[in-house]
Amino acid sequence: MQRENRRFYLGVFGTEEDILGATNEARQRGLTIVDVYAPYAVHGLEKAMGLRYTRLPLFTLAMGILGAGLKIWFEFWTTAVSWPVNVGGKPWNSLPAFIPVTFEVMVLFAGLGTVTAFFIGQRLIPGRKAKLPVHGVTDDKFALVLEETDASFDKESTQKMFEEFHVLEVVERVEQEPIQ
Amino acid sequence: MDQTPLILGDKTPGDVTNDISRLLEGRPTALWWMAFLAALSLLGLGAVAVTYQIATGIGVWGLNNTVGWAFDITNFVFWIGIGHAGTLISAVLFLFRQRWRTSVNRAAEAMTIFAVMCAGLFPLIHMGRPWFAYWMFPYPNGRGPLWVNFRSPLVWDFFAIATYFSISLAFWYLGMVPDLAAVRDRAKGIWKKRIMGFVSLGWNGSYRTWMRYETLYLLLAGLATPLVISVHTIVSWDFATSVIPGWHTTIFPPYFVAGAVFSGMAMVLTLMLIARKTMHLEDYITKTHVGAMTKLILLTGSIVGLSYATEFFVAAYSGNEFEQFVFLNRAMGPFAWAYWTMVACNVITPQLFWIRRVRENFVFVFILTLFVNVGMWFERYVLIVTSLHRDYLPASWAGYSPSLVELATLLGSFGLFFTLFLIFIRFVPVIAMAEVKGVLSIGRRRKNAA
Repeated sequence: MQRENRRFYLGVFGTEEDILGATNEARQRGLTIVDVYAPYAVHGLEKAMGLRYTRLPLFTLAMGILGAGLKIWFEFWTTAVSWPVNVGGKPWNSLPAFIPVTFEVMVLFAGLGTVTAFFIGQRLIPGRKAKLPVHGVTDDKFALVLEETDASFDKESTQKMFEEFHVLEVVERVEQEPIQ
Repeated sequence: MDQTPLILGDKTPGDVTNDISRLLEGRPTALWWMAFLAALSLLGLGAVAVTYQIATGIGVWGLNNTVGWAFDITNFVFWIGIGHAGTLISAVLFLFRQRWRTSVNRAAEAMTIFAVMCAGLFPLIHMGRPWFAYWMFPYPNGRGPLWVNFRSPLVWDFFAIATYFSISLAFWYLGMVPDLAAVRDRAKGIWKKRIMGFVSLGWNGSYRTWMRYETLYLLLAGLATPLVISVHTIVSWDFATSVIPGWHTTIFPPYFVAGAVFSGMAMVLTLMLIARKTMHLEDYITKTHVGAMTKLILLTGSIVGLSYATEFFVAAYSGNEFEQFVFLNRAMGPFAWAYWTMVACNVITPQLFWIRRVRENFVFVFILTLFVNVGMWFERYVLIVTSLHRDYLPASWAGYSPSLVELATLLGSFGLFFTLFLIFIRFVPVIAMAEVKGVLSIGRRRKNAA
């Protein structure tokens, strides 16, 4: 399989106001935003990039229901079916006493399940080599990565727009894969 | 809106990375080595004591037929309580949008994990045969299978603590990934680069990841908030579901949770004030942070004080003479000294935090937090020992005093806690850099507002 070369146009910025402004402007101009890199979560950047919501909360809910469901079934099964032991004459159906452990297992499934889903979904895997667009995006730099999708991509006006937002550095890069 | 800057010194994000990462570079100071060796010696003492009591049996403790629970369970509840502040700061205050939490949450979460480890040790050795600890886990076994009794609060406790430890660890690690990546990207040594590269999971600051990270953080905070309440509630049920006067009361869950937050907050403050001075974090941990934490101590301390009063009122109002006896015996019996130490440290001295000048004098704050730590340890001691030592039958009344082995075990748990904490401050950024960078603009006029 042959891969197509993709051309990327990168702007490096120094403050959160600049990256927000540049990202907003790029989106309004209809440019293709591949990604934005930031050392911390900048409030409002997801809107500027036009990112849609994530499905992680639904996954948390599903895992919570699964954990609680399995646990409550397991408690009834062990207490009343598999090997019933009469403890102080307490009823086989001790639902109120089963609730604390059910709650804990629900939280355990939902929490660890969602963290695992996040790590796998974002390909955050131990030992994976980080691909940084430019050095410093984990420190104090912000990078906006645009893709030069077709001939109509106007470098000059984009560079001018970047300069309005005090761009520190502009890089052009050709890669076989998106920088992800 | 409060316009006092959260972080002083007009820092830029680059300054934050430098200030915090620098603490991990270079050789540890002589002070660190001294503290580490002291902690390690205590840990060694604890290891000897635990080995001895496991080899000999828990008859080496000061327990007797009447006082069947004392020192060990006191330490367990004390450490679990300490752990609660970490989750409170990282999860509950996150939901309440308390931005000052960013300077202390990393250390508080670390403290939670280490405190829960210390706590877990005590039920383990209390079993007498800790090599059978896995029997608490309901696995298919060759004994029937004989399952655990899910109606027992001790089983609830096992699940609560195991879940709490796992979720806290996940929360802590998740919060650390962006900072580990920052340390990786400035590391010079090959080994540091490799290790940090391994644990930072290839984090590159992509905002597509950041957006999901923020959602995940919120979800975990939402899960951890009821979790932290459930954990100490379940610990209190270990006592409240019994029929012992002094234990069998419905006030226990809120009373225990408030006490846990109270003691944990005091421990965080104790540690952070030391870290602030020795690691020169004055710009990051300011009057605002200490002030907010002392106010939380004041609030929870007052709830604890109210709980003490409510217990007495309920005992008087119940008309139950056994209940009344237990409370009078607490305040005026052979353990009155412990009771009044507890009241002095938990109810009276924290009231000084009403005064602004006390809140802003860090030496004073430090001393008062030590008092709270002592007071909350005594609260558990009073609660457990005084409720047991004079039961329904005067013929079986007994006293209790801890043996040297028990004291050594307690010291050992402090050794474990501080050893882990000192290792933590050498290898991991003590302040959540990625979070602090996000709050730098608070209380500062923006140069070019967007």
